[in-house]
Amino acid sequence: MAELARIKMPDNELEELCGQLDEILGYVSEVQRADVSSVPKHILPPLRNVFREDGEAHEHGIFTEAIMANVPSSEGGYVKVKKILEK
Amino acid sequence: MKEIDLKTLTIQKAQDGMESGEFSAEELTGVYLTSIKVKNPELNAYLSVFDDAINEAKEIDQKRARGEKLGTLAGIPIAIKDVIMVKGREVRAASKVLSGHIATYDATAVVKLHQAGAVLLGMTNADEFAMGASNENSAYGPCRNPHDPSRVSGGSSGGSACAVAADMALAALGSETGGSVRYPAALCGIVGLKPTYGAVSRYGLMPMASSFNQIAPAAKTVADTETIFNIIRGRDDKDANSLEPVFANSPNPKIIGVPNFSPEGMDERVRNNYELSVERLGKLGYEMKEVKLESLRYAVACYYILVPAEVSADMARFDGVRYGAHIDGANLLEDYGMTRGVCFGKEVRRRVILGTYVLSAGYYDAYYYKAARVRELIRRDFVDIFKQVDAIVMPTSPRPAYKLGEISSNPLLLYLEDIFTAPANLAYIPAISVPSGTVREDDVDLPLGLQIIAPHLREDVLFDIGKKFLGEK
Repeated sequence: MAELARIKMPDNELEELCGQLDEILGYVSEVQRADVSSVPKHILPPLRNVFREDGEAHEHGIFTEAIMANVPSSEGGYVKVKKILEK
Repeated sequence: MKEIDLKTLTIQKAQDGMESGEFSAEELTGVYLTSIKVKNPELNAYLSVFDDAINEAKEIDQKRARGEKLGTLAGIPIAIKDVIMVKGREVRAASKVLSGHIATYDATAVVKLHQAGAVLLGMTNADEFAMGASNENSAYGPCRNPHDPSRVSGGSSGGSACAVAADMALAALGSETGGSVRYPAALCGIVGLKPTYGAVSRYGLMPMASSFNQIAPAAKTVADTETIFNIIRGRDDKDANSLEPVFANSPNPKIIGVPNFSPEGMDERVRNNYELSVERLGKLGYEMKEVKLESLRYAVACYYILVPAEVSADMARFDGVRYGAHIDGANLLEDYGMTRGVCFGKEVRRRVILGTYVLSAGYYDAYYYKAARVRELIRRDFVDIFKQVDAIVMPTSPRPAYKLGEISSNPLLLYLEDIFTAPANLAYIPAISVPSGTVREDDVDLPLGLQIIAPHLREDVLFDIGKKFLGEK
């Protein structure tokens, strides 16, 4: 699960966490006892259109500098990441 | 230095004081900044303080001198929880993963506070990404209870509640997911409001569990809480789930529901205090009516499936690539794992992994899907009950403030602290916590809170009952 969640954890902590998760899952399994037969299988909240009209939300590029200042690694206005395809 | 009695100061009194020339906005902000300097080293309510707040206050004074029209909060010093964006300031969600992160824009609620003339004092401590009930999950040390610094402030908006209770701010913004303002407000002895889901724009609030999150005000009085709420609420194009306010006829609640809900582990002193509160409401002329809310017993279980599920999705953006911290690994995948493993605290990791589990293919139906239907059951139960009563009262927390470390070593025990607060979040409805007296422990008077819950978008009912309960005009 930790791998799936992209979280690297030391083995000793994983062990502690497993015990805690067992306890938490044991408790939350309580929901399985609830009788939900009165609730439809597919709950649809009231739907309404939340889309705005097409068009520019703001002037192009006005946030770029501030946003890029928070990026750990960047080059020439681009976010820099390691390559993901091996030769 | 000007003497201002902060203990009894309210927004209205502060406005009267500035209007009559008794003190200026600059002096008021100065007194609060001094109070922070004196008290914060011990209480750790603020993670950062805006020393330049004094300049904002001076501007208000100049506007007043020029006879310009001033907003409702002109010169009022307010604290902001470290999960709400304030442009140009370091906003870290009390997490190492956002260390050094400078907010690039203002949250809509912050824009509205500024427009009303508020002076922002700084960013307040919280549990990391607002995950926790004791403020002990902050990466920058716990916030302490002003009534007894060896005890927790409550969380997750512990810094906001502590700042208001210890006169380090006149009011504060916190945020709610499962009681994160009401609970610390109760433990610190102030008022905390959880607005209806959608009543206040979430734009600029760091998402933790998007179908629950709300920006939520805290103050010393119900009237001050109402003032802040009226300023920050309303529909916002930047939050698709935000709602237009409903202006109902003036509220005239008469019948208050008392649920037959008495969970295990509830402190006897809390039960007694609650019974006294129910009695007091009866004497105030309300008809107190016992109500059945059978689904409440599933609330915490339901909450701790749905919230971690949403957490696991909302936390995905913290990858060491786009903002904040980055820990280098051998390749991109390792960068993700290292950054998230090292820079997320224990509770955040626990919730992300728990959420990943309840959403995984083999377990989705048994956990997430079932819990989503239970949530709907709880919502409907409240809708049905509100056909019989105008509001419901419950305690806010099952116990008064406890010692640091006393229960935080057991995550499940801490989750169960949400037992009275989580139902309103699950049902999308508003609730308020108001001080309901104290219990004496170790020669300290520890505050308790009474929680009032109202139907969807009926915050006015909460303010009405809350003011009568506290004897506010």
